[in-house]
Amino acid sequence: MDSFKSLFSEYRWEEVKARIYAKTATDVRRALASKHRNLEDFMAMISPAAEPFLEEMAQRSHQLTQKRFGKTIQMYVPMYLSNECQNICTYCGFSLDNKIPRRTLTDAEILKEASTIKAMGFEHLLLVTGEANRTVGVPYIKKAMRLLRPHFANLSMEVQPLEQQEYEELIAEGLNQVYIYQETYHEADYKIHHTKGRKSNFDYRLETPDRLGRAGIHKIGLGVLIGLEDWRTDCFFNALHLSYLEKKYWQTKYSISFPRLRPFSGGLEPKVAMNDRELVQLICAYRLFNQEVEMSLSTREHEVFRDHAFKLGITSMSAGSKTNPGGYAVAPQSLEQFEISDERSPEAIAKMLQSKGYEAVWKDWDLSYDVK
Amino acid sequence: MLTIANRTFQSRLFTGTGKFASSIEMENALLASASELVTMALKRVDVNDERDDILSHLQHPHLHLLPNTSGVRTAKEAIFAAELAREALQTNWLKLEIHPDPKYLMPDPIETLKAAEALVKKGFVVLPYCHADPVLCKRLEEVGTAAVMPLAAPIGSNKGLEAAAFLEIIIEQSNVPVVVDAGIGAPSHAAQAMEMGADAVLVNTAIAVSENPTQMACAFKLAVEAGRLAYEAKLAPKQAVAQASSPLTDFLAELGD
Repeated sequence: MDSFKSLFSEYRWEEVKARIYAKTATDVRRALASKHRNLEDFMAMISPAAEPFLEEMAQRSHQLTQKRFGKTIQMYVPMYLSNECQNICTYCGFSLDNKIPRRTLTDAEILKEASTIKAMGFEHLLLVTGEANRTVGVPYIKKAMRLLRPHFANLSMEVQPLEQQEYEELIAEGLNQVYIYQETYHEADYKIHHTKGRKSNFDYRLETPDRLGRAGIHKIGLGVLIGLEDWRTDCFFNALHLSYLEKKYWQTKYSISFPRLRPFSGGLEPKVAMNDRELVQLICAYRLFNQEVEMSLSTREHEVFRDHAFKLGITSMSAGSKTNPGGYAVAPQSLEQFEISDERSPEAIAKMLQSKGYEAVWKDWDLSYDVK
Repeated sequence: MLTIANRTFQSRLFTGTGKFASSIEMENALLASASELVTMALKRVDVNDERDDILSHLQHPHLHLLPNTSGVRTAKEAIFAAELAREALQTNWLKLEIHPDPKYLMPDPIETLKAAEALVKKGFVVLPYCHADPVLCKRLEEVGTAAVMPLAAPIGSNKGLEAAAFLEIIIEQSNVPVVVDAGIGAPSHAAQAMEMGADAVLVNTAIAVSENPTQMACAFKLAVEAGRLAYEAKLAPKQAVAQASSPLTDFLAELGD
């Protein structure tokens, strides 16, 4: 079946990288002056040549974001259902070879976590698992969704890639959004970082957004794990993927996330470090390239950065996040998938947003929209 | 005075509740606008909670709520959402919005017509958001919508009356009020729509994201009033050719011809 793979195969990583690094200040000026910016313009805006234009990019990005999304930030929170995982991934605390206590939440534990999260004010919930098909396969996810759906306005998930039919089943249960990060579009490096388990299948992961689009999902979250490879090249491929998906699955919304590799138990040092200035450049480049895409900023980022960067293009933020199963109420002391940087409460984040003239939006979906 | 489905409005400026920095700012702007019909996204409010932040700031006797179905992609979803809104908010007024395209939020004409027909039969006062398509507006009128709400330009674009040529036809042909919705980015755009003969305009983004929403709301109020006064006073016609002050053919009368 037709998929992104055929377009992707027309590109060569090293050639793309060379084109990005060859961009000049003239290319950046041309990109900023364009009315409709294309992928070539995106390359210029994420290139080193764009660094002197950062303030101009930030000003424009701020204006465009406010025009489209207003002075609001959507709030969401992750709920980790399980840390069991059959994959070995060099960068993840849940990796099979990492000797940590494993836990999968029971029905009662899921509801206990839900009650604590609801009390924090959240209506948008992101369900997260490792990849362990026997214990946390589709039947488990479906059961969890049936337990949780009546209590939350919106459910999204970040789990292993599934088949189209499986996505259709979960959408019928009220699934609204799926986050599926490619981690890296560098095929050879992808295989180095995913040595064992189903995740090692690069193509299957690459074609996951196509299966989601065909299944009719409302929103797809895209991204790369920044730090595995050259971030500029990886993000170009992510933008290429976004453009392809938008044209093909035109009824689906899209969001971009920017997870930077964080310390975790048994950790991997990032191959490529991205500093704060570069992350701001990337956020602004995405906004100038695509005025409608949603962008989220997680608690991986430190609070000073979040307090300022949210105005530059971001549309959603998590707060008070726990990255261990049961982390909110059941087992608060257990080991996390990765360390978070911003440990402020959701209330504190909402107050921070308010002090800067923004409103924290807790609900932006409704159960009534999930018509079966 | 404007009448829609047996309800009269002093103000011809309808407003929205999205994109404000806070509910208090929203409330202040709505009061400054003097608007009497305020649309709000069903997906944003918790209809089961009387203390809902948005709803609690809309508790003014002169403000009528107009729940909208923003976020739905099909007629089926819109009908379900409408029924929920009617039950929860005790109003049968509905702004019907169906936009399966999340990028430009373009209304789906086929699903909108289908949903409008079904909702009118279910007793709703339907105000459909639609493209500036004169034929579609007549079809919507025929199935019983209480007004039509054609867009002036893509929603949130602030581009003004990009669809002016079609809006003129819609206004000329319509037997129901025409509310110009979406794309109005400045008070001058609103005035222009009113001068053209629109019955009302709906403005949200231009007020909500301005530096001073309350002042901008006031500016829109005045612009809508000015535009309506001008329309009622009848604008002086534009001339295609110059009218000479000293006509060249007057001598013919002197000659008795």
